Formats: sequence, structure tokens, C-alpha cells
Amino acid sequence: MAGELSGILDHVERMNELDLDGVEPTSHVVALENVLRPDEPRPSWPREKVLEPAPDPDEGAFRVPSPQA
Amino acid sequence: MPPNEYEVVIGLEIHVQLSTETKMFCGCSLSFGDEPNVHTCPVCLAHPGSLPTVNERAVDYALQIAMALECDVAARSIFHRKNYFYPDNPKGYQISQYDIPLATAGTLGDVRIHRVHLEEDAAKMIHVGQSGRIHGSAHSLVDFNRAGTPLVEIVTEPDLRSPEQAREWAQLLRTTVKQLGVSDVNMEEGSLRVDANVSVRPPGQEELGTKTELKNMNSFRFLERGIAAELERQAAVLDDGGEVVQETFHFDPRTGSLTPLRSKEFAHDYRYLPEPDLVPLAPTEGMLDEARGALPELPARRRERYQTELGLPEVTARQLAFDAELGEYFERALQTGDGAEPKTIAIWVTGELVAKLREAHRSDEDSERGEADPAASKVTPQALAALAGMVEAKRVTTGVARQVLATLVAEGGDPAAIVEREGLAQMSDSGELEGIVAAAIEAEPAAAEKVRAGNPKAIGPIVGAVMRETKGRADGGEVTRLIHERLGSD
Amino acid sequence: MSDVLELTAAQALERISAGEISADEYFDAYAARAAADDLGAYLWRAEAGSPNGAGDGPLSRAPIAVKDIFCTEGIETTAGSRILEGYRPPYTATAVRRLSEAGARILGKTNMDEFAMGSSNENSGYGPVRNPWDPERVPGGSSGGSAAAVAGRLAPWAIGTDTGGSIRQPASLCGVVGLKPTYGAISRYGMIAFASSLDQCGPLTRDVTDAAILMRAMEGRDRCDSTSVGIDGGVSLPSRTDLKGLRFGVPRELTADAQGIEAGVTEVFERAVDRIRDLGAEVDECELPHSSHGISAYYVLAPAEASANLARYDGVRYGMRSAAAADAEGGLGDGIAPAEADLVSMYERTRAAGFGPEVKRRIMLGTYALSSGYYEAYYGRAQRVRTKIAQDFAAAFERFDYLVTPTSPTVAFKLGARAENPLAMYMSDYCTVPMSLAGVPAISIPGGLAAPDDGGPELPVGLQIVAPAFGESGLLDAAHAIEGAIGFDSAPGSRS
Repeated sequence: MAGELSGILDHVERMNELDLDGVEPTSHVVALENVLRPDEPRPSWPREKVLEPAPDPDEGAFRVPSPQA
Repeated sequence: MPPNEYEVVIGLEIHVQLSTETKMFCGCSLSFGDEPNVHTCPVCLAHPGSLPTVNERAVDYALQIAMALECDVAARSIFHRKNYFYPDNPKGYQISQYDIPLATAGTLGDVRIHRVHLEEDAAKMIHVGQSGRIHGSAHSLVDFNRAGTPLVEIVTEPDLRSPEQAREWAQLLRTTVKQLGVSDVNMEEGSLRVDANVSVRPPGQEELGTKTELKNMNSFRFLERGIAAELERQAAVLDDGGEVVQETFHFDPRTGSLTPLRSKEFAHDYRYLPEPDLVPLAPTEGMLDEARGALPELPARRRERYQTELGLPEVTARQLAFDAELGEYFERALQTGDGAEPKTIAIWVTGELVAKLREAHRSDEDSERGEADPAASKVTPQALAALAGMVEAKRVTTGVARQVLATLVAEGGDPAAIVEREGLAQMSDSGELEGIVAAAIEAEPAAAEKVRAGNPKAIGPIVGAVMRETKGRADGGEVTRLIHERLGSD
Repeated sequence: MSDVLELTAAQALERISAGEISADEYFDAYAARAAADDLGAYLWRAEAGSPNGAGDGPLSRAPIAVKDIFCTEGIETTAGSRILEGYRPPYTATAVRRLSEAGARILGKTNMDEFAMGSSNENSGYGPVRNPWDPERVPGGSSGGSAAAVAGRLAPWAIGTDTGGSIRQPASLCGVVGLKPTYGAISRYGMIAFASSLDQCGPLTRDVTDAAILMRAMEGRDRCDSTSVGIDGGVSLPSRTDLKGLRFGVPRELTADAQGIEAGVTEVFERAVDRIRDLGAEVDECELPHSSHGISAYYVLAPAEASANLARYDGVRYGMRSAAAADAEGGLGDGIAPAEADLVSMYERTRAAGFGPEVKRRIMLGTYALSSGYYEAYYGRAQRVRTKIAQDFAAAFERFDYLVTPTSPTVAFKLGARAENPLAMYMSDYCTVPMSLAGVPAISIPGGLAAPDDGGPELPVGLQIVAPAFGESGLLDAAHAIEGAIGFDSAPGSRS
């Protein structure tokens, strides 16, 4: 795995050949701004539906091992 | 060196839960103590394929906060993903803002604001059981009702210089946000959270000391105590020749002490990346106007108005303007238009009422305000204004009015009715009063002699006699005047 | 019914409307074919006769295969991963919902590379998919199941997703049509995320007209996806039979100057370019100077976004949770240290067991690219390369209406041939990744057949046509004309 990752990084580092001074990074692809949702409540899921896929449901909540305190 | 010989540097990081209808990134309702997991959906549960959508009102509220704090609102800001693993963080990242936040560079009071940004709250975890082989493992239960609640984070510059100042400023911030109506800002309930960054340095040193982070102080009192405790600890470390290590501490209200948090839970590298599922915020003129228009009179403006238009003394003006509940109460009392002077009402609110309530609620050590909220007392603003009016119109003496106030605090009611019922009206019949004065002078010949001889302070016993006879219903000033008149000594 | 299986979906829909065949018989014919799937194309199949929630509409209750990356309420959805084994989404992806509302019926969920990471469908947690043209060869990926199903006549049409080529490349290797729309044309809500700024849903079909029909049904702004915009004016059905007045550019970096393009692929490509000229278009060489760095940028950006998108698979709320060693023995008892049941263990074991090696590889790459101190060198740089690539396309589209390249540098390779060499595998996307980075629409149509460099039977070669953003209608039109001129027989010769 480490060797493979190394090889991939070597290839990726070819980007260093390019002069990218002054080039803005693309952080957003669509030229949209202010896409906002009205603050109106929509029905939440019934709890049975919420807990149905849960690996370890307990008392209406999701049980997980505790983080080591 | 004791802590107060080091220079103290404090910055605050505040999280405000917004009182919108729905969560920051989905249409689930916000919850208030409901059954676990009844306000959830694919988005706030981070089911595969779910996507966030930005709450319009949360943006408006955040803009209001930014403007109230006189910040520069960014022409364009973006959301970032803050990556860390924890069960209360369902996506494995929190959507927040990083290096291009909603607003920067503001001021409130003496403190500069570094930044204001939007983000989402984590879920609630309840830890159950204790670690131990025999009794079963400890576990946690996760409730996602709170996950996704809109938060505004406010970070100050490290401009605070003492625990008291930090507490007072935090209270001012609370007042400001409360007046905007965008949050309940209740520290005990968690809609206002204040963390502190604290460091010390020897006087004259320019470089800042290493700072530590303090969390979980859920009242203004604890905030002050927690900061003070940490300052003492840091001073002791430095006094011993040691170095302060960067750590995070949890304040424990039961013991009043700070416990270091294991750093395991807190990833130091959040690997921020711009949130590709959301588009930038670029507040339009329309959005800015709407936020600006919604701003109420803010504390600084209000204090100015109280001083210049109502003629209140500086200290009183500040007290009423910087305390949300007192100010609100005062405004309502003013509106009843009973004709009392604002100055009088102000003094009765900040001086008399506050003192009486403090007395009555002495046991509320750890409460939010350290004293009770006047609006929660039995004394209505109308009643207080009426009482102030009665004092001004000399229908009752100040002393009697204090008695009436005590009754109002205990039982509520209408001051005029109480005065009537208990026969406490100020004695206004001067004939009757002159008679009582004459009798008092006769009963105190020695005092009368001294006054005639030019010793005005000797008047005490005569005044006392009159007051006893009138059961305090005579105006003190009037009594003194009549005595002097009679003795020919005015 | 076998002749009905040779019809394109559009032809079948016409016959259904005309009452010549019944929608139910059409569906059942495909359900029977899917049940005999020996390509590994399906992970779940509908029983014959299942309504699958289809409404009435232009898609006339026709069957459609859906890549298992789309959430379908109540139907197991795995994204090709064991970490979601048994997961039944409580909601349906918008793209699928729109198809159902238009009348389509879900025929099955198709196999795919795990979390869409792969170019051969060998990374599935549920076994590989085989190419109907040669079962010893890969169908391409990550939408390998969808492509194989359409090519192998196990479905009339299908939808898949394309992040760096995952619709186009398998379409090329299987000899079918595959369209990656403009980024934002179709909602991503309910589409399990791999790389959010690159993922797009798109059709895999027998011909260009079928692809247009599916595009029309699916595109449009969705309030559940803030990055969706739809296509202004919608998508029109194609009708062009010539290319008069159009200008086509051939980017040298992805053709003449590219390394690793097989001789047979080049031959088919050049013949296709001749056809384009014959149809009346002007063809000229052009440049996309930064496109040769597409793979480098893509294999930083996509894994970085994936490392965040896959963090939610933690065993807390759904999907696999790895049992602690203790649980496997039926509960914590004496002699089992509490540490084995702790939270970090749960995360580590679940993800170690649930994710395959390619997914792990990309999560590690992505995490590294975002880590403090490395962000600018990797992620930051890649974002800038992306900007340059987008600018390259914008400049090219000032001179040209469309660009053409081979879709894949090679024909289908043998199963296992690139398994030990991830970088060689990544190079399969050399010609498709730049379009994904720029967000522009691109379609692969079968261009002909060619033998692989190392010998063997002739296999499909895809021709990729690229348009400016939101130019789907024109793109489909031009592709329609070229498809007519090429006259590719889309039935795999080796199928009986």
C-alpha cells in the first residue's frame, strides 16, 4: 500500500511543473450564490424509521461505546 | 507573584444558538427537551446521498449579529468542512466557515470582534454507566435532535484583562443579542456558550504567553470563577519556574475546578476544505437592508439616549442599557405614562427594586444574572412606575414607598390600593402636621433650645418624635421646615 | 420476445403506445433476462410483475436499471460496498424519483466499483462485472454493471454516475452510449457521494435518442441540492443528420500527444474524425494545454472530497458496525478488556472490514492532501490546475462548437491486468477526467471496433464528443448525426 501511494504521489507531483502564480483556485463549480431555503419546518421522520437501520438502538437513541474517558 | 501582578490576556469564543424555526441545513424543527430523535431526517442524520441546504433566516440573523457588533460583512463568504470523527458529528465533518467567514473586524464596548460566522451544532451524547469489566461497559446514547441547530460563532480579539471584565462583557454581549431577538441566549440551557482563552505574561513582556482554553462554564458566575482559577494556576506554574502548556480544560461546577480534557477527542488537524455542496454567500443590498432594518436600539445607542435625552446619570444609564432584562423592564415602566419622571423611575428600578429582589432571592447563587429578573417578579412595570409617580407627587414618603415596594415584591398588586388599604398616604393636612410639630417641640425642650441657639443638627429628636407620631407619613423635608419655622430658626 | 430486446427504448415505448406490445410483457421480458445474468451486472433485481412505484408518463412503465449508488427507498443500496450491506435507504434519490414519476420501473440495481472508485468494476465488494463482448475482460467502471447490462441486453437502458469518466469509459468499453451532463444539470440528492464537486448522474443507453429521453426526464433544479441548476430551456430530442456549419476541435494533448493510446483506438478515432468531416463539419487541431495534468489534479481533488464524504460510514447510525471481539462471543464477560469495546476500536474495525483496498487507498491519499502543511502543495495546487483546465476549455469553445477525443486510451483490458497497478488503472481516465474537472458535458458513442495492442478479438472503441456547459441539446444533436454516419452494430458478437 505504501509503495502504491508513493507512486501515485509521484505522479500527482507533476503538477509542480506548472506555473500557477496568480491563478485562483476553483472552490465552486456552478456560478451560483445565495441559494437559500425558506425557514419553514418540514415533517421529520418518525422515530421508528430513524432507528430501523441503527446497528444498536437503545431507548430511542443510537448506542455507541463510550470514548475512553 | 500573585495573579494580579502578571498581565492577563483573555479572549472569548462564543456560540449562540439561533431561534429559527428550522435547522441550519435541513427543514427539521428545532427541539426543546423533546423525546430523542424525533426531529431528524436524512440530512441531519447524514444518510448516504443527503445534501445540506442553507436556512435563509439563519443568514439574516447572523447578519443582524454581525451588524450589531459593527463588523465588516464579507462581500462573499463560503462554508468549509471541518473534519473529525465523533458520534455527535454524523457526517464526520461539521459544516462551518473557515478563512472566508461571514463578517470580521467589529467592536462591542471595549472589545474588538475578530470574526462572526455560521455553523451547525452537534448532536447530544448522554454517557451511561461506568467502565468496568464486571458491570458491563460504559456506553453513550446519541440523540440527533440538536444536530444541525444553527449556531453563530463570535470570536473576540484578546482584549479582556480580568475575569470581572470578561464576565461583564459577556453579559453585554448577551444583552445585545437578546435585544436582537435572534436567540434565547440562555447559558444554562445551552443557547449561549462562552469559552475562554487565557494567558498571562510578566509585566513589560510583549510576547503573549501560551494560552489555554476553558470550556463548559455555563453561567456568568462560573465564567468569572473559571477564568480566575486558571489565572491562578498559570501564575503558580510560572512562579515555580515552569512553562504553561497549551491545553483545554473543562470547568466542573461541583468542585469549581478545571480538569484537563484528554486531547484524543480533539483532533488538532481539521483538514478544512471548501464545502462543495453549498454555494457562496454574497449578501445583497436587499439582505443587508433587511438585517439593518431589523436592528433594535443597541446598548451603546441606548445608553447615549438615556443620558442625553432622559438625563439619567451615567452609571444608571449604563446599567439599564447594558442589562437586557432591566432595560426592557425600564422601557415598559416608562411607557405606562403615569407622569413620573424617567429619572425617578430609573432610580426606583436600579436602586430600590434591584436591591429588594436581591434580598428576596439571596439563595439564587448560581443563577444566570446573580439576581432575579424583575419581569419574573410580582412587581409589574406599571406598578413600579405608579409607585415612583406617587413619591414624586408626594403622595407617599420615600420611606413608606419602600414599605409598599416590599409588599409588592411579596404579593404583587397595585401601590395605590396598598397605600389606601394600610392608610399610608403622606400626611398632606398641614394643620394637623403643625399641631404635631408644636407638640413635639414641647416634648423636646432641650433640643429646641439647641436649635434656637444655632445648632441645626440638634433637630434630630424633634423630627424623630414627629415621624413616630405620623408613622412616617409626613414628608421629612416638610417636617424640618415646619420645625424651623416654629422655632424661628430658618 | 427476443426481437423486442433488440429495440431501443424509444422504439419499444412507441410500440407500447401503439398497443403493439404490452408494458408488462416488456418489463417481464427484461426481468427474465436479468434473472439469467451471468455477467455479475446486477446486485438486486425486481421480480417480474413488480410495479416499483411507477407513475403514468412518457416512460410508459418501461424497465430501467439503476446503478446501486442511487438511494431507492426500501430497496437495498450498497454503493458496491460491504459497509452498506443490508442498508435500505428510507428515501429515494431525486433523479430516480423523477424517472419513476415519468413512468419508469426499476428493473434492478447494478453492480459498480465500490463508492464509484474504479475504472474496471473490479473494486466491487460483491464481485466483478464481466464485459458482454468478452467475459474475461472488464466492462470498465465505475458504472460497469449499468454498461454491461445495457450492452448485454439485460436492460434497455440504465443510469449511472460519472466523476472522472465512470459513465463514459464503461460505455466506450461496452459499445454503448454514455452521457456525462454538465455539472449541476441533474440533482445529486440521494446519489451516494464520492467527490461532490465532480459527481454527476447520467444515462447509459443503446443510442443517442434514448439518452436524450432520459436526460429530459431527469434534468432540472432540485431544492434539495443547492448545486443543481438544470438546463435552461430543457433538453430537446435530437434529429440532426449532418454537421454542416459546425466546427470540431481535436485536442492534441488527448490524441496525438497522448501516451498509452492503443493503435487500434487511434485508427477508429481517425476514421470517426473523417466521418465528421464527411458530414460537413470543419475539423481542426486545438489545444487544451493543461489537460495532460488532469489525472494529477483529479487524483488529489476526488480522493480529498471522498475522504470527507466517506467519514459518515462509522457504524453509528446505519450500515455495518464491526462487532468488537467481545461481542462475537456473545457479550462482554470476564477477561475481556473494556478497551476492546471502545469507540475508536469500533470506528477502526468497522471501516477496516467494510472498505475495500482502493477505497482505503483513496481515503489515505485524500486525507494526506488535506492535512495541515500539505494542503497548499496538493489540494490548493489541484484547485488551481482545475481553474486552468476550465479556462482551456472556455478558450477552445471560442473557436469550436465541439471537441472530439477517444473516450478511453484502450479497449477493454483483461480482468486482473491492472489490479496490481493503481496508477495504470487511473490512466484509463486520461481522456475523460479533464471534462469532469471543467464541469462540461461529454458523451461517448461507439465509434467502431478494434483489436487490443496485445492481440485478441475486436472490441468496442468509444468516441467522446464534448460541448460547452449546458450545451446538451446541441451535443446530443451532433452525436446523433455522427452515430447515424458510423452505423455501429451494438450487439456484442460473442453473445448468442
